Amino acid sequence: MAAKVGALERGGMDYLVSLPRKWVTVYLPLAVFLFVLLFPFYWMAVTSFKTNEELYDYKTYTPFWPVHATLANFHKLLFETDYPQWLWNTVLVSVVATFLSLFASVLAAYAIERLRFSGARYVGVSIFLAYLVPPSILFIPLAVMSFELGIFNSLWALILTYPTFLIPFCTWLLMGYFKSIPYELEECALIDGANRFQILWKIVLPLAVPGLISAGIFAFTLSWNEFIYALTFISDSESKTVSVGTITELVEGDVYHWGSLMAGALVGSLPVAILYSFFVEHYVSSMTGAVKE
Amino acid sequence: MAVESRSFAPTLPLAYGGLERLMQSRNLLGFLFLLPAAVLLLLFLTYPLGLGIWLGLTNATLGESGKFIGIGNYLSLARDDVFWLSVYNTLLYTVVASTVKFGLGLWLALLLNEHIPFKAFVRAIVLLPFIVPTVLSAVAFWWIYDSQFSIISWALVRMGLITHYIDFLGQPNAARASVIAANVWRGVPFVAISLLAGLQTIAPSLYEAATLDGATPWQRFRYVTLPLLTPIIAVVMTFSVLFTFTDFQLIYTLTRGGPINATHLMATLSFQRAITGGRLGEGAAIAVAMIPFLLAAILFSYFGLQRRRWQHGGRD
Repeated sequence: MAAKVGALERGGMDYLVSLPRKWVTVYLPLAVFLFVLLFPFYWMAVTSFKTNEELYDYKTYTPFWPVHATLANFHKLLFETDYPQWLWNTVLVSVVATFLSLFASVLAAYAIERLRFSGARYVGVSIFLAYLVPPSILFIPLAVMSFELGIFNSLWALILTYPTFLIPFCTWLLMGYFKSIPYELEECALIDGANRFQILWKIVLPLAVPGLISAGIFAFTLSWNEFIYALTFISDSESKTVSVGTITELVEGDVYHWGSLMAGALVGSLPVAILYSFFVEHYVSSMTGAVKE
Repeated sequence: MAVESRSFAPTLPLAYGGLERLMQSRNLLGFLFLLPAAVLLLLFLTYPLGLGIWLGLTNATLGESGKFIGIGNYLSLARDDVFWLSVYNTLLYTVVASTVKFGLGLWLALLLNEHIPFKAFVRAIVLLPFIVPTVLSAVAFWWIYDSQFSIISWALVRMGLITHYIDFLGQPNAARASVIAANVWRGVPFVAISLLAGLQTIAPSLYEAATLDGATPWQRFRYVTLPLLTPIIAVVMTFSVLFTFTDFQLIYTLTRGGPINATHLMATLSFQRAITGGRLGEGAAIAVAMIPFLLAAILFSYFGLQRRRWQHGGRD
């Protein structure tokens, strides 16, 4: 109760709104929103701990929590399928693609924002336009290309294509961060005899660390979530990523193993969810930053 | 430009060596710095975009590179009922899902902008549906929408609201509504959190002034919040429309375009024809056919909303 009074005191014009009224107009709708947004995750988690007989029998067992919780679904996932391999592939592809994109984006953003070479504005605009090209219209020609380059079915096909949507985003975000660093710092360094690489490495980058983390976290989750390229370019089970493996390999013909499917979805979601929980502010600032710029 | 005048044109004494002077040349350095990004983007974005347009003009298949057949693919698509159904589905999906996402997203943003306990925590968990891979949350929806073991049907039957289980993904219109609902579920957090960032930039003094002038809550929203928020709404909705129009993952996981092509979007049809069916040329033509719609959607949501911005006397 004390917390609520405190919140009301800090609430500006909130004293104009009575508490019962606020329950109806704010807390109740918010509770409904939270319930709907979180229920699928709860359902995913609950289902993955259920035994098969519980899954298909709502009369004897309550559907809302596992009565005889079991780890059998996870055991099957980890020891009878290629799931650990898919997880590793996803980590590998996401990490390498993220660092590759960050490297290219830092240089590009610095060049566009600070070197001001002739035509920098147009390059900036075309980078933004590149961000608007959706993977759904590129996957067919890219599949043909990866076949001709001999990287079809290899993780390289993903590592090299993910930067196409990561670089535009990261460059755009980092341009905003570089803009906020005062010119005077660079001018001082120039006068002291530093060259451009030294300025970038020793002055600009340390100041842009929050931006680098934001871009990195966002790029990592985008790579982790990518689906259409991973589905099209990879057909061997041992090279698949988590998303693709889960929905193509865990379904045998018409038999859906719902328990292990849900366990797969849960385990595949956890890494990004945990990473996100550590960097919520960075993540939000990169998402809204890209929109506001 | 103000920024231009601040950038420093290096005027170095001639005593400096050739290499060092080269390293000070802004154009050469700019070129070198841009090289990694430019190579990756030209090779894997610009070139495939052109290759896609070319493939759409050939009868290439998965095995053969095919021959140039002009607009043959487009002529056969124009007579293809399934293609037109997918165009209709895509437009319906985009319009309905984007509208609902905007309405609910704005509402959620306004709720989160109130003074509530555990604000940061609530805001953090609201974004979860957007973080988790779409395919994996779609798997959860797949089970929620199951025709025999759906928890929604079970709950509604227990409450006595319906007598038979709903066949969520088996009937054309029910399937359309179901995939749209799943898309909205994933998209609302993105819209809400982005708009919330915009709401937080509006100065509280404006609301105080409006209240003193006797404005009702609705008037405060209509004449203070909305005009100031419009620029951000324009950008957020442009992205939202773009992602919805080109959606693939959700449909592929939930329905694969069925029942009887009722939920086929252009992206999923393109995948089905090109990769599953092996007719690369035809699939590429469907993908290319998305481009004009995409441009129109971007221009519409961007300029359509932007015009309102200067109507309300905002800055350009």
